[in-house]
Amino acid sequence: MKSKKDPGSSAGPNPGFSRRGFLGVGLGSGAVGVGLLEKPAVAEPAGAEVVGPQAVPVTLNINGKPVNLTLEPRVTLLDAMRNYIGLTGAKKVCDRATCGACTVMLNGKIVYSCTVLAIDAQGKEIQTIEGLAAPGELHPVSAAFWNNDAQQCGYCTPGFVMAATGFLKENPNPTDADVRHGLGGNFCRCGTYMGIRKAVLEAAETLKKGGASNG
Amino acid sequence: MANTPDYSWPPMETRQVMGQNIKRLDGPQKSAGRAKYTSDFTRKDLLFAAYQTSPYAHARVTKVDTTPAERMPGVKAVQVVSPAGTEVQWEGTEIVAVAAVTEEIATEAVGKIKVEYEVLPHLVREDDLTKAGTHVKAAGEKTVGDPEQAFQQAEVTSDGHYGIPVVTHCCLETHGQVIEWRGDHVNCWPSTQDVTRYAGTLAPNLKVPVANIDVRMDYVGGGFGSKFAPDSWGEVCARLSQKAGGAPVKLFLDRATEQLIAGNRPSAYAKIKLGGKKDGTITAWQSESWATGGVTGGGSPPLPYIIANIPNQRQNHSAVSVNCGPQRAWRAPNNQQASYLTCCAIEDFAAKAALDPLEVFKTNLNLYAPEARRATYAWQLDKAAELAEWKQLWKLRGQGSKGAVKRGLGIGFNAWAGMGHNSQCRAIIHADGSVEIEIGTQDLGTGTRTIITQVAAETFGLPVGAVGLTIGSNQLPPDSASGGSTTVGGVSASTRKASVNALAKLYEAAAPALGVEPAQLEARGGKIQVKGGGKSLTWAEACRKIGGGGSISETGANDSRNPGGLIAAGASGIQIADVSVDTETGVVKVNRYVAVQDCGLIINPRLAESQVYGAIIMGISTALFEQRVMDEQTGRMLNADMEFYKLAGISDIGDIVVHMDIRPENDKRGVIGLGEPPAIAICAAIGNAVANAIGVRVPRIPMTPDHVLDTLDGRAV
Repeated sequence: MKSKKDPGSSAGPNPGFSRRGFLGVGLGSGAVGVGLLEKPAVAEPAGAEVVGPQAVPVTLNINGKPVNLTLEPRVTLLDAMRNYIGLTGAKKVCDRATCGACTVMLNGKIVYSCTVLAIDAQGKEIQTIEGLAAPGELHPVSAAFWNNDAQQCGYCTPGFVMAATGFLKENPNPTDADVRHGLGGNFCRCGTYMGIRKAVLEAAETLKKGGASNG
Repeated sequence: MANTPDYSWPPMETRQVMGQNIKRLDGPQKSAGRAKYTSDFTRKDLLFAAYQTSPYAHARVTKVDTTPAERMPGVKAVQVVSPAGTEVQWEGTEIVAVAAVTEEIATEAVGKIKVEYEVLPHLVREDDLTKAGTHVKAAGEKTVGDPEQAFQQAEVTSDGHYGIPVVTHCCLETHGQVIEWRGDHVNCWPSTQDVTRYAGTLAPNLKVPVANIDVRMDYVGGGFGSKFAPDSWGEVCARLSQKAGGAPVKLFLDRATEQLIAGNRPSAYAKIKLGGKKDGTITAWQSESWATGGVTGGGSPPLPYIIANIPNQRQNHSAVSVNCGPQRAWRAPNNQQASYLTCCAIEDFAAKAALDPLEVFKTNLNLYAPEARRATYAWQLDKAAELAEWKQLWKLRGQGSKGAVKRGLGIGFNAWAGMGHNSQCRAIIHADGSVEIEIGTQDLGTGTRTIITQVAAETFGLPVGAVGLTIGSNQLPPDSASGGSTTVGGVSASTRKASVNALAKLYEAAAPALGVEPAQLEARGGKIQVKGGGKSLTWAEACRKIGGGGSISETGANDSRNPGGLIAAGASGIQIADVSVDTETGVVKVNRYVAVQDCGLIINPRLAESQVYGAIIMGISTALFEQRVMDEQTGRMLNADMEFYKLAGISDIGDIVVHMDIRPENDKRGVIGLGEPPAIAICAAIGNAVANAIGVRVPRIPMTPDHVLDTLDGRAV
């Protein structure tokens, strides 16, 4: 396989293939993520619709509302949200499905939105951190992060809050060990993990007591 | 001046707001995803920019053909950064940038630009000094006392090899900015640790008056010492905006480029020999050290660290020039390296003498500098040992546990100045009772917003919710860079002074109504009252005496050369790591990590603890996982990403026990910065704990399975 970092390649920093193309040509199994690509973005059998490379109409159902866009098929869900819709809670950090800062929910499952193409997210319910709570209100998970000082610079926090929200849906009674295992797909550079552990356990209690959650 | 106000902090026992665990004021915005970072900037006319960078570590650019990009629809500006003839000194050097209407077009267009190079020889690894040839430069020699005689007379000598690699800052928000250069006015939204001086640094490059540059930043996604200056990308971004007719341009580095050029911590390697007595007294130090911080060399750990007064020393240090991105300040520059090298050498000396290293650290307290900190270290060594259950758990090196998994304990120490920087603050009290504080500072996530508000609220006798705060603009009273753990001291002192000055004016306005002199008044519990009880006005009533819808606006300044008792320098800490090492897999796990840390007067214990937790977690990450991996063959960084540049995750950190040393004698010293000191000793403590566990020194950080297994098998690391 030709390496992206092969200095023998001629064309500057991005010779060979790009990750977007990589997904598109059906090697999607190389991208590992939590619940990623429910339906892999591999080439469909003959007869599948081929779109692009020019911009095409795309409809995304985000936080319960349809959003109509015109996007090139290579645009990721993350870039669509951040650059085309103005939903900037999800962050672009590693851009490789490693750090979790871009975590959103797709049909109720957490995914790394940097590694989902926007066109593949059509027809699915996309929930972002902006959809967790009404303006001026805090979702119990967000509140628990605040209560336990589970953020410093805060850049990883929205992704962690989304990952924790998805984690608690599937693990409503987690132990500390469960939290350490279940949130291993997100990174923080400031070192807020101690607060996050406490926050997730506190949020579990709040949610069990019926703390409002539209997550 | 006869009436210099009393700015001193209220006594510890009378504080109402300072010292309270007020929740981080910007926590709701951050935890709900509503905090807007510069990289979140959106506007309809925003252009996106991208770089093409050098794939070579050392080369001369021979041709840059931008026409393929210029022809692409949607491209609005092209800026060549390294024209033909430029000598590129490291992989990732910016060659050319493109601004376009979408991020996709910008990335594709810049990739189409044809750049040709004449490839030149490179050196990218410094770990083996014998292979560095002419890249090595002598960088200092020092002799103290008579080291030769001291080693001859030593009852115990130990020697070892130690190394700590280059690591990157890996800020989650990469370096970058949005800039709009329209006519003679420049609007900047940078991701920076220095809002106040950003414009002054950028202005000469753009040949625009500083007065014409506005800088705004609400939130920054990590800096750790790497985001002080506008950098070359600040200027490039501005020029792209100007070329594009003044549209705002967003230029942020991609992750790979961030890892390559936007900051790293210098390495440090050393051969160290210690000599001393059987009782653990150290009498002689000898070190040959080397380090790199990039092409210009750099990296000079202060050795021996803290235990600086060893009577006989011989040192020499070399700087190695490598074709890699340049170093930047990294959370306590040179101190982690120095602590690692020194503490490992002390631990090895203790092991050689079959002594408890805790006792050796204590036996040599009289060699610690400065003298004033010795008693604090002595207390902290005992406190940390108590919290880590040292007496019960520590065993002589390699004699701890049977079976494949070995447990060990190790010590590290830290020291940092943390004197508050120059800062100015404006405190405004309006006739309607509302209060505003303005400082041109920034909150890196350290809690700066919260502690400023606490200081003002304490001074005014109000709850934090009654104090409004504006930071993050160069239109506000100037502050300084948030670096060197200087922010908390600077802003707390300037806020205290501005608030006391404003309050003095409020006392003047309110005194006639209470029939007393202004000097007899105090602000407590939401009231302006006569000291010692008696008549009072509510805060709102007192403010109405300002009259006529007016306001009081007073400033206060912290001058770091004349701190006036509010702040001080000199924090210290002792840390103990308790690890388990699986000798079959080489995996090191932190069981428990204990930190005892002083930092003078603590304004918000919760936020202070968060700083220490964060510093330790970052340190555990560097001790166990992080290293820049360079390939000498190609000259390239093999892990310029976040998949293979490993960071600690939530399951990797063990249990962390933080004990803030808030004894009254520390509180009396005033406010001291905390961001850096607790980040210093982690590699030292973990490195020593691993050696204690497995009975042999793993010389090089990080303590990865391959380093551990190579050491156990007698292979060179």
